[in-house]
Amino acid sequence: MNSDSDWSGKPDLTKRFVALSLVAVVVFLLLLLRLWYLQVINAERYQALSERNRIRYMPIAAPRGPIFDRDGHLLVDNRPSFGVSVMRQDVDDRDRLLERLSFHLETDRAQLEARLEAGRRFPFYRPVPLADDVSREMLERVQENSLDLHGVLIDVQPLRSYPYEDAAAHIFGYLGEVTERDLARLQGLGYRPGDFVGKTGMEQTLEDYLRGAAGQRLVEVDVLGKELRVLQVQDPVPGNKVYLTLKRDVQLAAERALRGHAGSAVALDVRTGEVLALASVPSFNPALFARGITGTEWIELLQNPRHPLQNKAIKGQYPPASTFKIVTALAALRAGVATPNTQVTCSGSFTLGNHVFRCWKRTGHGVTDMRKAMRESCDIWFYKVGLDLGIERLAEMGQEFGLGQSLGFELAGEKQGLMPTRAWKRQRMGQPWYDGETVIAAIGQGFVLTTPLQLAVMTAAVANGGALLQPQIVKRVEGWDGQVFREAQPEVIRQIDFGDGNLAAVRRSLDAAVNEPQATGRASRIEGVRVAGKTGTAQVVRLRDDKDKIVRETPYRFRDHALFVAYAPADDPEIAVAVVVEHGQSGGATAAPIARAMIEAYLGLPVSEPVAPAGHYGD
Amino acid sequence: MFDRRLLLNFDWTLLITVSALALIGTASLHSATSGWMGGGTPLYLKQLSWFGIGLFLALLICCFDYRHLEHLGSHFFVINLALLVAVLFFGKKTMGATRWLDLGLFNLQPSEVMKVVIIIAFARYFSRHGHFRGHRLRELAIPFALLVLPVVLVLKQPDLGTSLLILFIAVVMVLFAGISRGVLVFLLLLAILGAGGGWFMLHDYQKERIYTFLNPERDPLGSGYHIIQSKIAIGSGGTLGKGFMQGTQSQLSFLPERHTDFAFSVFAEEWGFAGCLVLLLLYLFLVMWGISIARRAADRFGMLLAVGVTAMFFWHIVINLGMVIGLLPVVGVPLPLFSYGGTSMVTTMIGTGLLLNVSMRRFMF
Repeated sequence: MNSDSDWSGKPDLTKRFVALSLVAVVVFLLLLLRLWYLQVINAERYQALSERNRIRYMPIAAPRGPIFDRDGHLLVDNRPSFGVSVMRQDVDDRDRLLERLSFHLETDRAQLEARLEAGRRFPFYRPVPLADDVSREMLERVQENSLDLHGVLIDVQPLRSYPYEDAAAHIFGYLGEVTERDLARLQGLGYRPGDFVGKTGMEQTLEDYLRGAAGQRLVEVDVLGKELRVLQVQDPVPGNKVYLTLKRDVQLAAERALRGHAGSAVALDVRTGEVLALASVPSFNPALFARGITGTEWIELLQNPRHPLQNKAIKGQYPPASTFKIVTALAALRAGVATPNTQVTCSGSFTLGNHVFRCWKRTGHGVTDMRKAMRESCDIWFYKVGLDLGIERLAEMGQEFGLGQSLGFELAGEKQGLMPTRAWKRQRMGQPWYDGETVIAAIGQGFVLTTPLQLAVMTAAVANGGALLQPQIVKRVEGWDGQVFREAQPEVIRQIDFGDGNLAAVRRSLDAAVNEPQATGRASRIEGVRVAGKTGTAQVVRLRDDKDKIVRETPYRFRDHALFVAYAPADDPEIAVAVVVEHGQSGGATAAPIARAMIEAYLGLPVSEPVAPAGHYGD
Repeated sequence: MFDRRLLLNFDWTLLITVSALALIGTASLHSATSGWMGGGTPLYLKQLSWFGIGLFLALLICCFDYRHLEHLGSHFFVINLALLVAVLFFGKKTMGATRWLDLGLFNLQPSEVMKVVIIIAFARYFSRHGHFRGHRLRELAIPFALLVLPVVLVLKQPDLGTSLLILFIAVVMVLFAGISRGVLVFLLLLAILGAGGGWFMLHDYQKERIYTFLNPERDPLGSGYHIIQSKIAIGSGGTLGKGFMQGTQSQLSFLPERHTDFAFSVFAEEWGFAGCLVLLLLYLFLVMWGISIARRAADRFGMLLAVGVTAMFFWHIVINLGMVIGLLPVVGVPLPLFSYGGTSMVTTMIGTGLLLNVSMRRFMF
């Protein structure tokens, strides 16, 4: 045994062992308490955190509803497009990633960075889209290098596709990413940053029907963001099917006939008010917007002097010119200031006070009754009749036809036009109304402004016996299960009373204006079908001297607008058409053939090229 | 020559406790690494083989009387110290630290062995120089010198965890051996001053760990990530756990180092508070059993040896658990019998062997 005996006190050693044991027990108790706190008291909190760690909600965009024409031809569809997006929290080296992606996607790095920045307002679990609609080659490059591109996802998004390219683009409108303001407006409807929403056209008007409901995929991911398994899939619900009242062939014929011009053409079913065609040119390709329009493309569209983004059919306001003579004639007959037999001698000019008003035909039409005045578009007959009628009664008839007022059409942005009255002028300009203004209003010049849609509605009312119909463009909205959400019903805004026989007389004149010799509208004649119509040529600036000579030298922007309204068949009308060609110079030569093409398409006839036959058409 | 009593007195309780812990640890390791791709032997099988080797060593240690160690202690100490110096010059550098010597057949981590060697050295010193009324400062000079050299060498590697462990084991043995009140107060003051001074000697990453420990949210994706994910794993286990191999935190790799330092988090996630309670009771039992072996030891050397080994177990368990449950900074201390790693397993089993040795020879005079 060791000599040091200080160690032998057994009882004290026991104390030390007890102390050691106590310390051990207390320390373990502390650990256990901490575990209790973590696992029992705070279990829920940590369970939520661990779920958040592993579960990711991946939204699946819903395909928007397809858009068909009235006969079921697909006009707007969806196609799959591949996008490259990034899961922010999975990115380990942001700069490197942007560098690599910029290389693979052949995109400016700054642009990718900007989109990544913009994604900061996204919820953390949402991938931030960096590139849309990438090509197959780029996609393959990204896929091949996926190991090198941490956090990068490839997603498939349905993208709007347009089989007829820029046809009817103004009707469909386009989509754009929701803005902060949109989100505030659409709160509670399930829109999220990065979603697309209809910005114009039917996409906007029918947004609620078209958008569908996004689905989602609940995926389990590991720490690298790699998808391990799909826990749950909620399929997206595609948007509803929209059938427009459009007739594809009429729409296409209108656009083809208008090619090279700026202007618009509207065709209505005179029995229902359904829009068969609503063309506005130049147009744009909505596919540009579907894949994300570039700044350059956007500026190009905005700066084009012919305004391709403007829907001229509802936003273009033009003097109706001689097409308005229909209104003047009907108002005069109803008021009794003229009969179809009222004769006026046209010498080529008409003097009121010290002002001379000229007929488009310098040499004059000679003795002219209503039928001749309408057929040859004599201005003098209408000057005189209009003067006798007065602006109030003229305006009243115009307003009954819906001119100068909003029709409440479903496409947003409809312009009102203008049907001037004494009261309007006093209020607007603080001036009295002059008779000279009545005279030029009677031939649709001066203050009178109408939209092509208004002219078409007016023409339809003439064709159907006086029912002013609400123009409609949505034929039917239908769910995928066949459930019909809405269906167009003809809606009469008002029945116009023209007085006995007056409408028939005007209609006969309109028939003559196309079909008789000397008719200004003869370029709209169709073999075997009687078309009735009225030409119009709206002055943009006053040209003094010889028209024919000057026309060729007049700069485009000073040339007259060409108009034509028509319906067919004349004896049992089905379709009404209004055509406005900006700076098209002559209604008879430029606008009438376009109307003819549309009517031919409607009737299923071979569509003739819209080339005006030789010869001068006059007004 | 062979005493039958040795077999009769064999400490089955200790062996079974240790084996149970090792098996639970291996199963948990299997779960933690089940999602791992790549060839080679699965880690849990490797761990099992390490346990086998450890068991063999433990039984080997039982074959000779631990009292021979008393004479060999100084040799071990000198050799181990030389190895620590060798590490400084020829060590294998891994992840910024130089801790291993490449011995061809396997890598040796001399700092791990030092934990056992210091126990033997201290047991030898205090069994020979016992002062029941408490050691005075002069008598502590030698143990202090014995301690400073290895601690500084290990700190240089740098390996804060192991150097702290060596220090803590030594402190327990000194306190158990007895220390006069005045010296105790003096040493406490010295420790406080030393801690202050030591702060400036810490590496930046070590300071970072302490900052992060104080506020893990400060760097949630960097050094705070470990502790946050570990707490999520443990906390989300709830009362009954998510089930074996069902821990999403570990299975989906959110939990880093889940096979080594954070092995307990995997277990806690899958077995919940109930499982942790059982595991902690087992560990506590191991420590208490170690203390009881010390108490029943036949001589002072054996007693101090058992106290030292038990202290080694105790600190390993407490520091590792304290670290993964967010009570202590992350210092990289493995959980005995649980964390993957050959050195840790072998060291633990050598410790176990020493305890078995002391335990079965308690009746020998």
